[in-house]
This record gives sequence, structure tokens and C-alpha cells, in this order.
Amino acid sequence: MLGLNSSSETVWLRVTILSLVAILAFASRLFSVLRFESVIHEFDPWFNYRTTVELVENGFYDFVNWFDELSWYPLGRVVGGTVYPGIMVTAGLIHKFLTTLNFPIHIREVCVFLAPLFSGFTAIAAYLLTAEMKDPAAGLLAAAFIGIAPGYISRSVAGSYDNEGIAIFLLVFTFYLWIKALKLGSAFYGALTALFYFWMVSAWGGYVFIINLIPLHAFALILMGRFSTRLYVAYSTFYVIGTLSSMQIPFVGFQPTKTNDHMAALGIFGLLQIIAFVEMIRTHLSSNQFRSLLTGLVIGFFIIGFGGLVGLTYGGYIAPWTGRFYSLWDTGYAKKYIPIIASVSEHQPTAWPSFFFDLQLLMPLFPAGVYLCFKELRDEHVFVILYAITASYFAGVMVRLMLTLTPIVCVAAALAVSRLLDIYLANAGPAPVTAAPATEKDVKSIKEDKKKEKKKEGRFGIWSFDSKLSVVLPIGLVLTVFAWHCTWVTSNAYSSPSIVLASRGRDGSQVIIDDFREAYYWLRQNTPEKAKIMAWWDYGYQITGMSNRTVLVDNNTWNNTHIATVGKAMACSEDVAYEVMRKLDVDYVLVIFGGAIGYSGDDINKFLWMIRIGEGVYPNDISERNFFTDRGEYRIDDQATKTMRDSLLYKMSYYRFNDLFGGKTGYDSVRGSHVSTKPIKLHTIEEAYSTENYIVRLYQVKKPDNIGRSLSAASTFGKKRKRRSRKPASGKAKKGRG
Amino acid sequence: MAKKNAAQTPSTPASSSKKHVTPATPATPAAATAAALSSAASTVAASTSNAASSQVDLISRLLSSYNKETPQSLKIIDAYLVFVMLTGIIQFVYVILAGTFPYNSFLAGFIASVGTFVLAANLRIQVNPKNTEFKHLSPERAFADYLFSSIIFYAFVVNFLG
Repeated sequence: MLGLNSSSETVWLRVTILSLVAILAFASRLFSVLRFESVIHEFDPWFNYRTTVELVENGFYDFVNWFDELSWYPLGRVVGGTVYPGIMVTAGLIHKFLTTLNFPIHIREVCVFLAPLFSGFTAIAAYLLTAEMKDPAAGLLAAAFIGIAPGYISRSVAGSYDNEGIAIFLLVFTFYLWIKALKLGSAFYGALTALFYFWMVSAWGGYVFIINLIPLHAFALILMGRFSTRLYVAYSTFYVIGTLSSMQIPFVGFQPTKTNDHMAALGIFGLLQIIAFVEMIRTHLSSNQFRSLLTGLVIGFFIIGFGGLVGLTYGGYIAPWTGRFYSLWDTGYAKKYIPIIASVSEHQPTAWPSFFFDLQLLMPLFPAGVYLCFKELRDEHVFVILYAITASYFAGVMVRLMLTLTPIVCVAAALAVSRLLDIYLANAGPAPVTAAPATEKDVKSIKEDKKKEKKKEGRFGIWSFDSKLSVVLPIGLVLTVFAWHCTWVTSNAYSSPSIVLASRGRDGSQVIIDDFREAYYWLRQNTPEKAKIMAWWDYGYQITGMSNRTVLVDNNTWNNTHIATVGKAMACSEDVAYEVMRKLDVDYVLVIFGGAIGYSGDDINKFLWMIRIGEGVYPNDISERNFFTDRGEYRIDDQATKTMRDSLLYKMSYYRFNDLFGGKTGYDSVRGSHVSTKPIKLHTIEEAYSTENYIVRLYQVKKPDNIGRSLSAASTFGKKRKRRSRKPASGKAKKGRG
Repeated sequence: MAKKNAAQTPSTPASSSKKHVTPATPATPAAATAAALSSAASTVAASTSNAASSQVDLISRLLSSYNKETPQSLKIIDAYLVFVMLTGIIQFVYVILAGTFPYNSFLAGFIASVGTFVLAANLRIQVNPKNTEFKHLSPERAFADYLFSSIIFYAFVVNFLG
């Protein structure tokens, strides 16, 4: 075509297509920057951003030893030892690299564009992985799929500066290196696998998936009687270097030697040593004698190893599986025992539609690809099958794990499509028929010839143009629709920064709702530097990141009791809450309230989780039942229960809400109901600030009364007569509750 | 005998070598169990002498076959492997006696032994001319791989010693 020979031509074509796919993967994640601005999204990214800034400004050692005083007041948090530093270090290195090249760039831009950049790399990694499974053509398809699959885009749009952004690339690339190491039996690739595994460990807790899947693969191969010295070389190199390197990360520490999550890998390592040793002896002795010896040894080792593991677990030397792990097997587990895990929306079981929303066309193609793997079943196909099975299960359990499923779905779907196209796009026809068939007899004989030819060579395929077209055209169409769907989902569902909201005005123009940053900036400007802000943990990272103020709890949910205390303050009556807040030195309270504008992710909707978490620790003070009406309804209007209407959160949310409606009863557009008609009175806190759309409401906690009265008494001083007339009703209700 | 085993038909007893194998078969299951549960087997007095003699026979045959068929270079690696394994065992015994206190140092030292062993074993496998799977890999390349993975490995070990 270009005067090159055909093989180098395909190489160039491949490189061009692949780089275009990578650029596309990068570009399709920029919707959020174009629509809004280059800003860090959501919750966790704000913490990552804050630590990255710390890293860039103060250097690596300060970062490792950093004690963060702004969070978890009064406990604080040792950030260096409780964080996966991979993403911060990666961003820091890129920033350093660019500045050394005299290309000055703000660290925020690096953080914002990190995830899209690594998505480009992921496309390349997917290409490499799939090319190992089948051929480069399938690899290109896989790269294109993963470049635009919404399941992956959901966590890697520009501004979504979170661990998963780079972790998926590392996951796919580690797997690619593992397959390569296994195929070649190469210690070099084994060591590279371990290096990328190390990077992965430093970046995301999901590394546990790798350290369990690779041993599973090895184990399956052994069971299938496919032990080979290649497997030994690849696995032992990977395991030894990988395990040692993973322990360098302070947050992981000695876990690889002490927790059950990592024991499978160790067991397979030991098993491989024994098998390799026995195999070596086998070469020196009669096979018959050693077959029984081998089985005896393997079974004995398995029993001893398993028994030892159980014994050590009961003896307390090895930590049993963690709660997060149990919640993977029993979806009800977390709700019962660790409500804090269940309360995170991304930990909910996946709904069926979301599979199709996130993967669309890939979903029906996925089983076909897995089936094709079963048909060939080389060592690497076993890997795809195992990955597919485990990841499908996990994705069904937790929405968040859809992310680990997406790569393998892309690979399997690419295998299926590529196989299909191989058959229907094959250029080479049967042996060309030179003479046009003159008579029917000729036609028949040619047909027979063809049949014979097929039988002889075992080749089959579709040669006529129209039958090719009738298959390829619909496939092309479906793929186009898929790309269309992906772009639509990306632009509509996954590109919102969630700290800046957008809605459409009546005339169709875009309205930007910027209440969060308004409130956080207000805090930054108007409160004392040492002020402590109480808010539900969701907003902890954002407050420390944007307002630079101290918070009690944040998204690193390591201390359940502390969170439950905040939950108690929110769910109890003002007087109880005031005591809690005084003890924790709270100066300001922040609530998110969406009722005025219809923002559904507000605190009233999260209230039940606060109650549940609080009840888990303070069962005497909080009871979930009291927040529901007799008919079991969760109401906010006049029929709401007394406990509900007395709770601090309810009061803060609806305080002076009716004023917005000119004295009429307010209408909460999220809950779709009117609110309580009685005016809400606050006596321990006072409103400090409410944002433009009432989404964020800030309250200042009052100082204790000068002459030692309770604040409720002080607030009613001089209004005694009025109060007396009202008192009996509320007094009775209180007694009734006690 | 050894040549016939090279035919690698582990699933079915080779018909040609039946004559040689048959006398050994009755003893084999006993030998296998004796190896797997060596402590338990010692209590069974009757079968012990039989099993032990066949075991000794087995081992002597193994040694002679090893001496005859292993190239000198592989023997050197094997000696190194034994040495490394000894260092690991010594460390392990020491930890049992003295406690694990600087746990990271123990881990670094012990894993260093294990890792050195494994990496050297990799090298042995790759340069072994009998392993047909590594025909594409020259001994020089195998040694380069060994060096590369060792350097990475020891970098982590040194970092972890503390």
C-alpha cells in the first residue's frame, strides 16, 4: 500500500490504530472538564489531592511521616501508614518530570488528567493481553472496547483522581506480564510481573484480587495436570519478589505473612516447590514408583498446609478473613454487622440493569468469548476463564467491583468479535474457479469439488460476498451503536464532578449549582483557623480539602465508634447532641439539604444509615424504630414521629425552611411531601450560613450559658408564660418515650 | 531402566518394561505411604523393614542416577541450592529459639534465603539441557534473567532489613 511489504505495513497500521485508540480513550474522558472545569471530583479524590499537594510541597519523607491533625479530631490520623501511596507518588513523579523539563504545570492539572492518561495505557495493556490470547486483531478490538466501556469510564473521567484510575491499568498490565512469564517460563517477565504488582499494591487494596487469582490459575493448571517448569519459574519469581515488595508498603505491612487473604498464594508456592522437587527426582527414577509417591506427597502437603493454616488461625497467629471479605460471600453480612460498609452506595449489590448500562453489547458477547476460551483451553485461556468467573461473581456482589470485571469482559468480547470477523472477513476464498460453470452438471461438479476440498483440508468458511455482508454489516452496526451508547453514558451519567451540579433552566440553558464550593469557601474565609466542623463522614475529605478546617470524621472510615458518635449527635435531640458536641469541641455543624432544589443525595436520605451506625454503638440512645411512624413510614411532615422531629439533623435541615415559601408550608421536592407546619426552634445552635440553593447549611454551636443554665432554659427565659401553655404536651411525649 | 522412564508414560504402566516393574509394584504403595506419613509408618513394625529396605534401595538408585546423569554445572548450582537452604533453616531455627522480634529483619533474611533458592532453581531449570521447554532460551539469557531478578529482589531485601 505504502510501498512497504505487507508485514511491516500491518505493524504500522497496528501502531497507528492502537495510538488512536489510546488517544480516544483519553479524549472521551474529558467531558467533565469541558462541561465544567478542571476540578477534582467527588469525595475521596479530594483527600488524594490534598496528600499529593503535601507530597509535592514537602517531599516524600515528610509525606510518609505525615500526621494529619485536620481529620478525626481529637484523634488525628497517621496518613503515611494508612494510605495507599501509589497514586500520589505517581502524580508527584509526573509533576516532577514535567517541571524538570521546564514545563511548569500545576499539580492539580496532573491530578485531574492522571486517570484519562492511564486509561490510554490501559487500552494498550488490554491490547497486549488479548494479543497473547488470540492475535493482534483481537487485541485492537479489546483496546477499543476498554477505551470506551462505561464500566471503566465511570471511575476514570478527568478529575476522578482516585486509586482505581491507575489501578486498572496496573491490574491488566500485571496480568499481561504474568501470562507472558508463564508462556515463556521467563524469570525476567516474572520479575516484571512482581514489579508491577508492587506498583499495584502501592496503589489499590484490590491487589488482593491479583494475589489470589494468579495462585488460583497456577492451582488450576496443576489440577489439570499441566504443571510445567515454566509455571514453576514464572510463579516462584513472581511470588517471592512480589510478596517481599508488597511488604514495603507501610499500609500493607506484614499482612502477607499474617492474614488469610494472602495464604493461598503461599500455599501454592510451597506446593510448586514440592512438585518441582518431585518432578526432578522423577527424571531419575521409574515413573511408576513415583506416581504414587507424588500423589501421597501432594495430598499430604495439602492436608498439612490446610491444617496448619486452620490451627494458626485459631491460635491467633494468622488473622482470619476480614469483614470486608465476608461481605463478599454473604451480601447480608455487612448490613448486619458492619453497617458502615453497607452504607457506602458503591458497596451495594449490583442491580441487573447496571450490567447492561455499563457494558451493553459486551455483556452478551462476554459468554461467547469465554466459550471460545474453553474450546482452545491453552494455559492462558484457563486464566481468562478463571478471571471471568471470579470477577463476574464479585461484580454481582458489589457495584464497585464492576470495575474489575470490565477488563475481562472487554477481552472476552474482543475474542468473540474477532473470531466472528475472522470467519466472515476472510479474504482468502476457496481455490478460484477459473472457468465459469457452463452447465448444471459443471456447477454440480464444482460444488462437489468444493465439498471434497472442504473435507480434505478441514477448512470451512463463508465465501460469497452477500452472505459475508449480511453478517458483517449488522455486526458493524451493533458496534457503532455500542460506541454511541458509551459516549452517551459517559457524557450524561459519569461526567459530573458531583461537587458542582448542573441542571437545565426552563429555557434549556444550563444552570450551574455551585453550593458546595460556596459553603466550603465561606468556611475557609469566615471561621477561625482552629474551628472544628462536624458533618457526616461523606463530606470530611471535602471540608479538609477545600476549607482547610478540622473535621471529626471523614471518608477514611477507620473508627466506627467515632462515626457512631457523630451519628448519635445527628439523631438525638438538641440537648443530648449539645453534650456530645461540647465534648468534641465542635464549633460548626454542616448539613447537606436537597429539599429546596431537589438534590436527592442529601443528609435526610442518608439519615437512616446515621441512625443504624449510631444505634450499633449507642443502642440506649438511638432506636431506629422510633424514626418510623406506626405504619412503618419514613415521613418528614406533620405525621413524622416526635423523635424524628426532635432530632438535630431534622431541625437543621428544615430550620426556617417554611420562610422560603412565604409563610406557607414548605414543600420538600426530594421526599415529595410537605414539611412540618410547626416552626422549628433551635436553642443550642444558630444558623451561620446557608448557600444559594440551601444545599449546604452551616450552624454555629452556641457557647454554654454564662450562669450555668441549660441552653434550652436560657433560650426560653422571659417567655415562660408562653412556654407553660405548650409544655404539657411535649412533656408527656418525653415521658412516654423514656 | 532410566532410559525407559524417559518415555514418559506415567498414566499407564509401560507394557514393555512390565517385567522389570512388576516385582517392585507391591512394595510401592507402602513406600509412598511411608514417605508421606513417615512418622506414622514407624509404628507399623511388620511393614517397616520391607519399606525401609525398598526406600534405601530407591535412594541409592536415585543417587547413582543423579551422579551419572547430571552435568557438572548443574551440580554446582545444586550445591549452592543446598547451602542456601541451610542458611534458611538456620534462620528459622534461630527465630524459633530467640523469637521474631525485629520481624522485618527476620522476614527479609528468611525471604532472602527462599528467594535466592528459588531464583537459583529457576536458573538451574532454564539451563538444564533436558528441559525441552527452554530450548529457545540460551544459557546466557537465562543468566541475564537471573541477574535481573536478583538485583530487583536484593534491592527489596536491603530496603526491608531496616
